[in-house]
Amino acid sequence: MNNDSLIIGGVELKSRLFTGSGKYSSNALIPKVIERSGCQVVTVAVRRVDLDSKEENMLNYIPKDCILMPNTSGARNAEEAVRIARLARAMGCGNWIKIEVISDTRYLLPDNQETLKATEILAKEGFVVLPYMCPELMTAKRMRDAGAAAVMPLGAPIGTNKGLKTKELVKILIDEIDLPIIVDAGIGKPSEAAEAMELGAAAVLVNTAIASAGDPLGMAEAFSLAVKAGRMAYLAGTVEVKNFAEASSPLTGFLNE
Amino acid sequence: MSFYEVIQKYDSNTIRDRIMNTKPVDVMRALEKENLTQENFMALISPAASVFLEEMARKAQQITLKHFGRAVLLYAPIYLANYCVNNCLYCGFNVYNKIERRKLTIEEVGVEAECITKNGIKHILLLTGESAKHSSVEYIKECAIEAARHFSSVSIEVYPLEVDEYKLLVENGVDGLTIYQEAYDEEVYRIMHPSGPKKDYRYRLDTPERGCVSGMRSVGIGALLGLGEWRTESFYTAMHAQYLTRKYSDVEISVSFPRMRPHAGDFDIPHPVNDREFVQIMLATRIFLKHVGITISTRENSDFRDNLVGLGITKMSAGSATEVGGYSEKRGDGQFDISDDRSVEEVRQMLYRKGFQPVFKDWQCIL
Repeated sequence: MNNDSLIIGGVELKSRLFTGSGKYSSNALIPKVIERSGCQVVTVAVRRVDLDSKEENMLNYIPKDCILMPNTSGARNAEEAVRIARLARAMGCGNWIKIEVISDTRYLLPDNQETLKATEILAKEGFVVLPYMCPELMTAKRMRDAGAAAVMPLGAPIGTNKGLKTKELVKILIDEIDLPIIVDAGIGKPSEAAEAMELGAAAVLVNTAIASAGDPLGMAEAFSLAVKAGRMAYLAGTVEVKNFAEASSPLTGFLNE
Repeated sequence: MSFYEVIQKYDSNTIRDRIMNTKPVDVMRALEKENLTQENFMALISPAASVFLEEMARKAQQITLKHFGRAVLLYAPIYLANYCVNNCLYCGFNVYNKIERRKLTIEEVGVEAECITKNGIKHILLLTGESAKHSSVEYIKECAIEAARHFSSVSIEVYPLEVDEYKLLVENGVDGLTIYQEAYDEEVYRIMHPSGPKKDYRYRLDTPERGCVSGMRSVGIGALLGLGEWRTESFYTAMHAQYLTRKYSDVEISVSFPRMRPHAGDFDIPHPVNDREFVQIMLATRIFLKHVGITISTRENSDFRDNLVGLGITKMSAGSATEVGGYSEKRGDGQFDISDDRSVEEVRQMLYRKGFQPVFKDWQCIL
């Protein structure tokens, strides 16, 4: 496991569980969730960042050794996403940016085309760009070519907790794109996070499932363990699922005697 | 194509009959589904659903938690001017009501803003009566520019404007529009608005769409509960919200349920809505429209509002004044009587106690 490091934007990350900071009952829960889960990357909606207010400023609740990943939630097109990203950097949020361009308020599905445009612009401006997208191979390739540091395909629509509904498409991205593939959105249970990791995802981002749990801290720890288990299983080599029973010594087993 | 063409296809009597004939099994079927149809919504606002309120509340709570988490956005209204040329039978600002008419200067807007921002509020709603002379678009624009200096998000609730007028306001810092149809039933609307520009039913009905195409990030709609028969009115409101979310998927649509309150002038409320009915409307709307915002104002009292938090509310006003200049001067006639007169801090503490997070900032003008 020593060589199994996840490096994004030149930073070696100590956890493959990324968390969100929204939907909690209080900002004060955020540092506790971070501590309990051991996560290092935390995403924050720039629209909620309130530098004028000490108590309401979410940034004050994120430990200094965490990596802040501001997101452009609220952006409906590439232009708005780019403006929000620049605003985030000017606010002192660092140069990581999760591009979230959603112009569909019913399902909150990302607009791949606009997200790609924003990726191209922001990567050139020196941001560490992590685009949130609907898993689709050609777009992911273009994002890679544009300079994205990772690609974040959704598992299921935001807030639905439906799990890895896009499993087949995510697997294709993992197999074909030579960038960290981070499953973001829709993961509702630790087992689903483990499933994504067993598939070969580099990391997962979980928000709703932790924030809306009865015991967010307990759930955060459960997710942390699941992500570790899933990664270990992936490295150990998960066995291919077969549709029929197979004797452990098939027809040619006699050659080994 | 506008919502007018859609609503024309419905017959209020047929809708009401279908709602009234709902059986308990129809309600149960609606509660089992993930994606509800119009028929399912009708079941949820039927008399038969009244005994299922607890189940509806549980479902509404789950949906709200998943899609909105525990955040509740706090905002405040600023009444810029109460001059009005309309003769809406139910409104405190009716042209024939003898109230003190006032209009804030831009400097006074700034003073009001400072009173409000002291309490932490960052989202503001600017309101005026309808008067091209006293509250022209140019005046609203200047007020919006001033408001944008103090607040991170500026919304308006003013008389219906044209697309290019909304675009002008959007260019000058406005990102949200609230416009209540008051009554979706055209006959009720006609009776309630005997004279003045507001008499034009279709123009008002098309207003949310004009807002949507003008670049407004959020558009809020609603019927004034008490004017028309509430079951059909809440049906039309829900259909309107659904239509807008489908046609303008990039705009955040929200619904409010302003309920008739006492005011200057005497007006008997034709179809009063009691608390239980109000809750039924809200829960049904939340279950039917999972991603639509739901706003509650200080027309409703504190206990009632507190109990509704978590069942669908995403936005609530706090520390409100409905008089022009009401924050700095505390005098004059408001549009309606405030029932929840708690301070912003008190509402904030209430939310924390209930396990919710008061959000003061949810947008930033990026112009």
